[in-house]
Amino acid sequence: MKKERIDKKFGMVIDLDACTGCGSCMVACMAENNVPFKKDETNKLDSITWMRVYKLTNKKPFPETEICYLPRPCMHCEGQHSGHSPCVSVCPATATDYDMDTGIVSQIYTRCFGCRYCMAACPYHARYFNWWDPVWPDGMEKSLSPNVSPRMRGIVEKCSFCFHRYQLALDKAYVKGRRELKEHEYQTSCTQACPSGAITFGDLNNPDHQVHRLVKPDNRHHGRPTAKNAFRLLERLGTNPKVYYLSSKEWVRRAGDNYLDNEETGKPLNLMKELQPEPH
Amino acid sequence: MSETDDKVIEEGSEETREQADSGNAGDEEQSKGLPTLFFFIGFIISLVVGWVVFPAILYSSKKQPVDFNHVIHMELVDNGCESCHFFREDGTFSGAPRLAQCVDCHEDIQTESENEKVFVETYVSNGIEVPWYIYAKQPDCVFFSHAAHVKLANMDCVTCHGHIGESTSLREYEENVLTGYSRDIWGAKLWNMLTLKKEPWERMKMDDCAECHLEKTGRKTSIQTQKDGCLVCHK
Repeated sequence: MKKERIDKKFGMVIDLDACTGCGSCMVACMAENNVPFKKDETNKLDSITWMRVYKLTNKKPFPETEICYLPRPCMHCEGQHSGHSPCVSVCPATATDYDMDTGIVSQIYTRCFGCRYCMAACPYHARYFNWWDPVWPDGMEKSLSPNVSPRMRGIVEKCSFCFHRYQLALDKAYVKGRRELKEHEYQTSCTQACPSGAITFGDLNNPDHQVHRLVKPDNRHHGRPTAKNAFRLLERLGTNPKVYYLSSKEWVRRAGDNYLDNEETGKPLNLMKELQPEPH
Repeated sequence: MSETDDKVIEEGSEETREQADSGNAGDEEQSKGLPTLFFFIGFIISLVVGWVVFPAILYSSKKQPVDFNHVIHMELVDNGCESCHFFREDGTFSGAPRLAQCVDCHEDIQTESENEKVFVETYVSNGIEVPWYIYAKQPDCVFFSHAAHVKLANMDCVTCHGHIGESTSLREYEENVLTGYSRDIWGAKLWNMLTLKKEPWERMKMDDCAECHLEKTGRKTSIQTQKDGCLVCHK
């Protein structure tokens, strides 16, 4: 099949210098995507948070203590070759899939039977299991979004980059006689909710989009960021995530991956070189 | 069907012959004929139960609240189907018209039609929306875009909906009593369930969508299925 245009690759850039850890993204995400919650959410192990803000510290005593907040959606990993993301490659039910057209890892709730292989495979803990059927407080059912299918007990769910917004935006464009969307027409809920503008969303393959300009992904090296201060979580694992982070602080960038003490931050891991036997 | 039956009978008779040969059965004729006959009767009963009785129990028939005549209305409107089934500016499709659209003409009873009388007296004068049953209503996990099919792919209504515009009355709506889904999804006729269909509107299962998408767009963007991506039609 001849390709008429370059495939889109939707991705996110989160500026950790700007993030205040307020949690607006988490709230906006839950409201937008009908994410279920319980009366008692003290046990965070069974809370469902498609977008979750983590707190990092540099583990230094006062006065050198520093704190950084790190919002974590689904990374929508592309893997080392076409859509070989950790979760997609293990799903036995074809419930989760990688779309080469958008680069979004989909989760079809009616297809999932809850084996949780994908949760075990995901190195980012971005997938969540519904241990119970959702129970909405009185009257709240009427405020659920009809554009996002609610989930039931016994299945896995995760961030979809608000894909329903893409569907609705495309419909609007089609009626107006356009095939393609403008950058601002498809934005995720967390992006729009962030009061400090720390989250940027767009097409990583489109040089005109802000996300591309911020991190300058190198597609010949699995989307590795080439911009200064840009990094991805567990970059050297080879998951090729589509969520990039920006931080001016070296300790934050270092916290994004597991480095040995003698390794330089951001240094690519060359497994082949390390595995080769030393010449005698 | 007859081929399968013949085969079954053949197999059955072979089995009984073997049994008769190995055993010490006295009346050979009886041991050959009776089990075959009983098997055949049981087989027919199972088929009737599975293909006729069970579907009949599984689906409940409902009459539409008002029997709408498409032909009469098509003669009166200027813009064909789109006069009532139109696109909104935000890209959504109006589907079954709301009362507000009907009231423009039907504020009072205009004809001697019994249906119009019911419609005006029950719904228009009380300001209640007509609770239409939607034949093509999809499950909650499905995202169907009329805009993509009509505006982008330039398909006309008849391609998927058939000649509804030429009908003088609405057929009964059949609902699956277990799932609550419309029967149009699985197909109303026996051969629809046997994975056959003659027209697109006879069945609307996921495989039917995927098949047409593959044929018309040629997209194989899904890594798992080598067909169109899941989120094209799911939400």
